[in-house]
Parts: sequence; C-alpha cells; structure tokens
Amino acid sequence: MLATRVIPCLDVAHGRVVKGVRFQGLTDQGDPVELAARYAEQGADELTFLDVKATVEDAGTMLEVVERCAEQVFIPLTVGGGVRSRDDVARLLAHGADKVGVNSAAIRDPELIDRIVADFGSQVLVLSLDVRRSPETPSGFEVTTHGGSRGAGLDALEWAAEGVRRGVGELLVNSIDADGTKDGFDLELTRAVRAVATCPVIASGGAGDPADFAPAVAAGADAVLAASIFHSGQCTIGEVKAAMREAGVTVR
Amino acid sequence: MTAQRKRVALLDYGLGNVHSAAKALEAAGADVRLTADRTAIMEADGLVVPGVGSMAACMEGIQAIHGGELIGRRLAGSRPVLGICVGMQVLFSSGEEGGGDTRGLDEWPGTVRRLQADVLPHMGWAQVEAPEHSQLFAGLADERFYFVHSYGVTEWGLDPDPRMRQPAVTWAEHGERFIAAVENGPLAATQFHPEKSGEAGVRLLENWVRGL
Repeated sequence: MLATRVIPCLDVAHGRVVKGVRFQGLTDQGDPVELAARYAEQGADELTFLDVKATVEDAGTMLEVVERCAEQVFIPLTVGGGVRSRDDVARLLAHGADKVGVNSAAIRDPELIDRIVADFGSQVLVLSLDVRRSPETPSGFEVTTHGGSRGAGLDALEWAAEGVRRGVGELLVNSIDADGTKDGFDLELTRAVRAVATCPVIASGGAGDPADFAPAVAAGADAVLAASIFHSGQCTIGEVKAAMREAGVTVR
Repeated sequence: MTAQRKRVALLDYGLGNVHSAAKALEAAGADVRLTADRTAIMEADGLVVPGVGSMAACMEGIQAIHGGELIGRRLAGSRPVLGICVGMQVLFSSGEEGGGDTRGLDEWPGTVRRLQADVLPHMGWAQVEAPEHSQLFAGLADERFYFVHSYGVTEWGLDPDPRMRQPAVTWAEHGERFIAAVENGPLAATQFHPEKSGEAGVRLLENWVRGL
C-alpha cells in the first residue's frame, strides 16, 4: 500500500525561493537547493518547484536550479510554471526534473497534453488546475488562469476528466478559494475531483495546521501539497506526518 | 587507505534524465560513466540500464546502440547488470503497453502488462516483500521505495534450475501483486527507482555496488 505523499512546494523567482504570495511583494527565502535538501531530510516525499515569474530570461536560471537539485536530492522533483511547449518539457527533463506541471498552456491547447504524453509518457505530466467556485459552470467549480484572477470559462471537473482521458499522470488541484486562508483544504473540491479521476490526485491550497492534512486524504487525495506552512517555519514535514499518522493515515 | 571505487557504466541510449541515477550511484560509492561505448560497457564492473516512458521507446533506444547484445555478452561472462524501472521491464520477453506487442530482451520469461488497479499510474512510496536471501535489500526490509509505473509483471515464470543459485524475487502490491525486484545471478533489476528513493535507495545501490 502506498504512503500518502507530503509535498512541499517551493516558489522560485530568479533562482531564489520567494515567499508564497504569488506575483507580488516577493521576499527572498533562500537558495532552492538548500531548502529542498532540508525538506528531503525532514521526510518530504517529493518536491515541487514552481517558477512564479517564468520569464524567458529566467528559464536558464531555473534549469540550473533543477540540475543542482537533481544532483543532490534523491527524491522526485516536479517543476511547474510557464511550461508552454513539448520542448520546454524536454529541457526540464534533460536537466533532471522527473515530472513537469502544465497549467495555462494546456487550457489554450489541450493537444499539448497528447504530445507530451506521446513523447515522454504519462508519468512525467502533472496537470495543474487552479480552481474556484463559480455559478457559471455545471459543477460549480471553474478553472482559472493568472493566479486565480481570471476565469477560463471551463468546468473544473470536465477539464480534470479530459486531462485523465488524454493521459496525464496526475492532477494537482489547487483551490483558489482555500489558498492563503489557512482554514484547511477544500474537501468538497477534492472529493469531486477524486470521483472523476483514475490517476493520482494532489490536493493543494489552504493548509494552515498539521491537523488539516488527514481530512484531505479522507476526501480522496493521494498526495498533499503545501507551501507557506513549511516555509514560515510554522511546522516541519515530520510534524505534519506525525499528525497524519495519528489520524490513521499511512505515511512514510 | 581507500579501496578502488567500482566502475559503473550507465547505458546511454538517449534517455533524457539520468542525472539522479548517476549521482545516486556515485553516492553509493561507484565511479560512474554515462556511455554507449562497447569497450567501456564491457570493461565496467557493473552496467546500469535506466528506463522511463514506454517499453517500446526504450527497446528502440537500447537496440539502436546494440544494447541487447552488450547486456547478453556481459551476462554470458557473469558480469553484473542492473535494470531500473522500464530498464527492468525490457528484460522480460514481451510487453503489452499501448495495446501492442513489444518484444523485450527475453532474459526472463514473462509479459509486462497493465496493472489491474483503480488508480494508475502506481505513483509513490510503497513497501516491498523481499526474500531473506536478497542481497539488494539487506538491511532494508522495512523501507519504502519510490515507484512510478502503470505496467508490471505479475508472474515469475522462470523454472528453477537446481544447478543455479535460486533467484530472489521481491514483490509489491498495487491492485494486484507484481514483481518489484529480481536478483538472478549477475542480472538484477528493480521496478522502482532507487535513485529517487532517498536514503533507502542509495543504500540499496550500495548493496549492489558492493557486490560488483
């Protein structure tokens, strides 16, 4: 039986980890590889680097960070943010990423999913969805772009199901409503995505306390992802896992 | 005084991501060279065959550099070979991935087929059941290893040969039981990624490197 994965997410800009408030007021939190190594030591099951600026000039810096990390930290590494093409995926994999997260580019061109899966296999592709509640879609959940500020006019559950059909290896479901609230994961959203997905589901957004993680697992998450709760030093990976274990969840 | 580091060739057949495999093997005490050179591959103390993606694509890449022949020659001379993930799958006779019929290197009988499970890929840290005489898993019985795959081999079909040391077959479960690792004389393989399995993975590679 699999252990539920706990995945710290590191927001990276210009080769440095920045505080998890995306796109504005970024403050330096240190070297991504040092932080990655510390999380791995604490028992992180995977790592995610999110390139929050994702400018063309920055692409080389990110590749260098990925390469340094892959050489020192022997757990799986996912890289997301600004991945636009099959060639972007090829470059990240060649520099040591194990998986690549795709978001807006797949919304613009769903066939991008097919091309990536055909060339590199399902296991490299994480379809990342920023989801908010909206009366505009049949399920009441809408996919957004631009850090949650713009609706994509796409039903989140339909999009998740389409991603699975096209062969994505995982779904990273980030709740825009819960993100930053520290009130816990969006359990209703997690349950709804679990019901339409046959691939692993990663729940993201809203973790504010070690006790918040087990309910997300009960709602169907195969993995849980969080950023600020770890970066702020509020708790360690070990403390989160201890709370999960206490609640009856299998962790490594 | 330091002992001579064991020389490990990492089979280079155009696979994108081998950084971690190379560095984890170095951390396990090997002197690693990524190569497709026949002499380097034959002379190395150990050969590692990595693999990700589809079995068909990996077979194509391996055969393009005559990898099957090199692996066969090494094994004929009892020279150790370690397959990882799809690098293990190609060692079996065939694969059903993509609905097709991919011929493998046929070192072991068996078909690589889609696992019967509710959630695929099988992705994450799983426990394994290693037999007591396993060398790879020595001291690692209670550890978890990182798997990422949708296909696997669910039956071990090699007839026991009383003249040979019995193979050590390690199992794991996801929807059904499948082979997680095999140690069969000079040929060993893991379905999981030791190079992505943290400290436990490096120790498993140490166990392999030590035996070279």
